[in-house]
Amino acid sequence: MNNQDQKDSRRDFLKKTTAMAALTISSPVLVKAGQHDEKIASFFEKMDLKIEVNGVAHQLSVEPRVTLLDLLREQLHLTGTKKGCDHGQCGACTVHVDGKRINSCLSLAVMNDGKKVTTIEGIADGDNLHPMQEAFINHDGFQCGYCTPGQIMSAIACVQEGHANSREEIQEFMSGNICRCGAYPHIVDAVMEVKKGGKSS
Amino acid sequence: MDKNYFFEDTITADEKRVDGVAKVTGAATFSAEHTIPGLTYAVFVCSTIARGTIKNMVLAKAKNAPGVIDIIYYLNCPVVPGYTSEIKEKNQRERVLNGLNVFADNIVYSNGQPIALVIADTWERAVYAASLVKVEYIEEKPETDFDNLMQKAEAPGWGGTYKRGDEDAYKKAEVMIENEYSIPAETHNPIEPHATVAVWEKNDKLVVYDKTQGPKSTQGDLALLFGLKRENIQVITEFVGGAFGCALRTWPHTPAACIAAKKIGRPVKLVLTREQMFTMVGYRPISWQKIGIGASRDGKLTGITHHAISNTSRYEQFSESIVDPSQNLHDCPNVNTSYKTLALDINTPIWMRGPGPATGCFALESALDELAYKLNMDPIELRLKNYAEVHPQNKLPWTSKHLKECYELGREKIGWHNRPSVPGTLKENGMLTGYGMGVGVFWAGRSSATARGTLYADGMFVLQSAISDMGPGTTTAMVSIAAEQMGLPPDKIRFELGNTDFPTGPTQGGSGSTTAVGTAVTLICEAMQVSLKEMAIESVPGFKNYKPEELDYKNGKVSAKTNSSTSISYTDIIKQSGKPELQVSKSTESFAQRDKYAMNSFSAHFVKLHVHPVTGVITLKKIVAVADCGRVISETTARSQMVGGAVGGIGMAMHEETLMDHHSGRYINANLADYHVPVNADIPAIDVLFVNKPDNIISPTGAKGIGEIALVGVAPAVANAVYNATGKRITRLPITPDKLI
Ligand code: FES
Ligand code: FES
Repeated sequence: MNNQDQKDSRRDFLKKTTAMAALTISSPVLVKAGQHDEKIASFFEKMDLKIEVNGVAHQLSVEPRVTLLDLLREQLHLTGTKKGCDHGQCGACTVHVDGKRINSCLSLAVMNDGKKVTTIEGIADGDNLHPMQEAFINHDGFQCGYCTPGQIMSAIACVQEGHANSREEIQEFMSGNICRCGAYPHIVDAVMEVKKGGKSS
Repeated sequence: MDKNYFFEDTITADEKRVDGVAKVTGAATFSAEHTIPGLTYAVFVCSTIARGTIKNMVLAKAKNAPGVIDIIYYLNCPVVPGYTSEIKEKNQRERVLNGLNVFADNIVYSNGQPIALVIADTWERAVYAASLVKVEYIEEKPETDFDNLMQKAEAPGWGGTYKRGDEDAYKKAEVMIENEYSIPAETHNPIEPHATVAVWEKNDKLVVYDKTQGPKSTQGDLALLFGLKRENIQVITEFVGGAFGCALRTWPHTPAACIAAKKIGRPVKLVLTREQMFTMVGYRPISWQKIGIGASRDGKLTGITHHAISNTSRYEQFSESIVDPSQNLHDCPNVNTSYKTLALDINTPIWMRGPGPATGCFALESALDELAYKLNMDPIELRLKNYAEVHPQNKLPWTSKHLKECYELGREKIGWHNRPSVPGTLKENGMLTGYGMGVGVFWAGRSSATARGTLYADGMFVLQSAISDMGPGTTTAMVSIAAEQMGLPPDKIRFELGNTDFPTGPTQGGSGSTTAVGTAVTLICEAMQVSLKEMAIESVPGFKNYKPEELDYKNGKVSAKTNSSTSISYTDIIKQSGKPELQVSKSTESFAQRDKYAMNSFSAHFVKLHVHPVTGVITLKKIVAVADCGRVISETTARSQMVGGAVGGIGMAMHEETLMDHHSGRYINANLADYHVPVNADIPAIDVLFVNKPDNIISPTGAKGIGEIALVGVAPAVANAVYNATGKRITRLPITPDKLI
């Protein structure tokens, strides 16, 4: 937090200097100065971020406008988490932050300072798949596979939240994850199997 | 899910998708996800008017924004060799057949058209800089309102116009109905957005990671555009995150990324936003249809007249086979059809799952249902009474047709006997209850394909073809075919695709991958077995005195027919031959007996639903999807295709509508919150049944296509069930509650 306060004040300082310049310098020069400031500001405006992803601690410096989703995909090269809409409307980007499912496209990376993030790459135990991954394969809970990481992260949370007590309840609590290939009935079959703690027919 | 079949012979029920592990672990690499050194990020600036010209673009602010490398637009776009032949006089509106030549000129044809590309070192910086570009236009009033402009439609010059027997015979029939049907634009919206990563390895060597249903056709398009030889362009498409038709052609973003990468001398990644998925990669066209059907009092059809109009863009002609099902799905002596297209100031449409018949069957199958009520006849009986035993148009036999079995299986499974013959008379728990059915049809021929198979001494059998798999499970089906043919376990077989360095395969569309590539794989397996026998005779001492016809190949082993102890495994044959591997390539021609046979896949969909009597909310209770798709090669993936098609059909019937503001010519619901697609809670139990009788004429695989018939016929089944429940005939999709109160 301390760190962030400092950053905030630096940014304010830059803004103020620009504003002061506006009072004294004629406009063409002002435009130049503005651009210059912007470049400096962008340098200063990176923020420190401590984040644990799939058990690995990262110490990063990121622009505050970078979403958690883009941090994962573009900077950490964890592309298992998918971008389908970037607006919190499809669920393809679902990850767990401190054990809760969120749409990572709706969370700025810097909002997750000090938190533990789990992505699709972090749920298997070596070569042993997570039971939900197994169940999705057994029930063919996908076709193209693009929504699948988000579905699986959502499904694990759905069971943990206690929202998997019937087909209807699973359908309701899995409706934030769109599958355009239409694997829905098979996704519900998979969640049912894991909920029951074993294979279902 | 239900496991009933008419035929159960060749299905291996425990079969799993071969790329399943990659897909559930996040290891599957989609086009935007390859790690490439020195990558830059490109973001489109799009037009905010639907028709006019660009007067000026103010770029200074954007150019000076942090991290910006370049901005490309019509005034500084490098010469694209393939453009020149197409470009007419500047400012002259001309339809060109190759689509939009991105950045070629300052003409705006549609709202959301890409007009500039900002390239920066990070995606965020490119997005921000793109927001700083200011565009001045000379604006013209756009024409986008299909309903009010229909009278301007013109015949496209091919397809749709047809007549047999008397024109408009239905008008003189004992019993006749007439109705009009409207379907709005529907947007494919695969969850993976289109993405292109362009890397120029040399001045004349281009590598492109691209979301495409046809790597080879993308390669061909880029070769033409950039004036390169095909072999200088490699297109890589390892995984496709759904497409349903929208990746059937090369859209402007692909050349745009290539142009940019060349201009800045660095790799460029361009991923479309969800909004751009509405304005740049097509949609199912808006359509209007009018059908008249007449019958004798006992239900024999005497005349069908079917007129259709669908939209195209101002810069391209796009047409679909909407009226075809009326010509040949049911037996009728007098049929006439017409088809026109209407050019609007909107982006160009593209085929979407079940293109043509999905639209046409909504009208035809709704109309037949309406006629059945007027005849006081069961809708299934009406279809049986007019069952076409031979193709009504050319009187040719079908390679196979088991639509009757589809009716029987579905009727039983849905509980058709519970259907009230008088609409609006059945209630369950206070809900109006209805049953409906609809028929689906799609062309099922076979296109050409080439594949290569390599058998290695370590036991692996690797097959390769330059196709892509947007989700139906082509990889799994090919492994299944090869495993059966070679008698090997599936884990010894790998099917590699999505790379233009492999032998040419067809574009994935029209449900043709399995029959085409599957035939090539079958031929490879047969040739492999012949070669293995010859190699055994040549290099294995105990086989020297045998002739090939005295040997048998079975389950990975070559044995003497008369002496089963003389036997050797294929791995040992390869080892003893001293060669590292055995390689065979095979091509198949397209199936060309159109003068002898008619070729179609068929489906019948059955729906049971509830309608709330006050709010009009529809709750689907059950769907039964029955397919005549020939032999089922891979039960797991075939079942998923049928379920997915039913879900897509539910979207068409009840949810999907791309809405436009006609003042600005801009889509107003270009996002996944406002453009409704079915979610998990919308979907009832779906029972899938296969007739599963092989069609050995179309291809030795026994398969016919499945992907399109999975959707065609669903929307009319829903509409017919709604009528059965409420007595309201909804002819304008989607069927939303407001239309029922
Ligand atoms: S990408 Fe985050 S919800 Fe769609
Ligand atoms: S598997 Fe393709 S979107 Fe769900």
